[in-house]
Amino acid sequence: MKISSRQREGVTVLEPQGKITIGVGDVALRNAVHEAVGAGSKNILIDLSGVSTMDSSGIGELVATYTTVTNRGGKLKLLHLPPKIQDIMQVTQLITVFEVFDDEGEAIASF
Amino acid sequence: MVEAAAPPPGDLQFHLAIGSRFENVEIVQIVLNDVLERMGVEADTRHWIDLAVREAVANAVKHGNQGDPGKRVEICMCRDGGEVVVRVEDEGAGFDPRLVHDPLAPENLLRPDGRGIFYIEKFMDGVEWGARPGGGTVVTLRKRVAEAAPGAAGPAGAGEPPRTEPATEERTR
Repeated sequence: MKISSRQREGVTVLEPQGKITIGVGDVALRNAVHEAVGAGSKNILIDLSGVSTMDSSGIGELVATYTTVTNRGGKLKLLHLPPKIQDIMQVTQLITVFEVFDDEGEAIASF
Repeated sequence: MVEAAAPPPGDLQFHLAIGSRFENVEIVQIVLNDVLERMGVEADTRHWIDLAVREAVANAVKHGNQGDPGKRVEICMCRDGGEVVVRVEDEGAGFDPRLVHDPLAPENLLRPDGRGIFYIEKFMDGVEWGARPGGGTVVTLRKRVAEAAPGAAGPAGAGEPPRTEPATEERTR
């Protein structure tokens, strides 16, 4: 699992690639978000288009990072949910928690 | 050149034993996906079975065997009529799934943990929990797949998205 990071208009955009699953991808996601927050980022957008699988640990890590960022006065939003991740967000009802976008420009403008 | 005939779906089965490490979940996934593919189970259904089995194996490693690499998790898979059946066993102290919190309750929605069993029950058609002889837990997962026509390369399995209600009725303990 690789996660690239870039800045766009004051928003940190994280782009994980691969599986966000127990023991590997979930830890990588946590580290990437903590690194961004530690560097002073308040607004984080996670582009999930490159994520093939997200198990319950991956979903749990997404929730944990959401709480971390929100508790520090920041915002964490999601971009480009693949259909299967969208299904998981629906059945876990987390779709009601996260703001989700299909267009990056629109997502950036929303912060 | 003689081309070997594909074995009938009933002959496709496996039995694996892994040490209790999370990275070994990937070994199970590779074998599981390969066998499901040979059975003609289509990609969407393979994905949901994979996710459920991942959760069952991860639970066995983490909660059952407490991450002790000396303890084994055994996984076997076979075809039972129109169903794929996967059984996962650990050597832990036993487990009562009724004690797990409801991840959809508003007060639990932002909890980072406790969605593994929910995943399993959501993505499979039947789930049975039981005690393993000699100690530990056995969970049996069932997923209906379409019967593959003899010699057909077409997909099996409806590939339907997860249901909106968990399959709690098949819990045995």
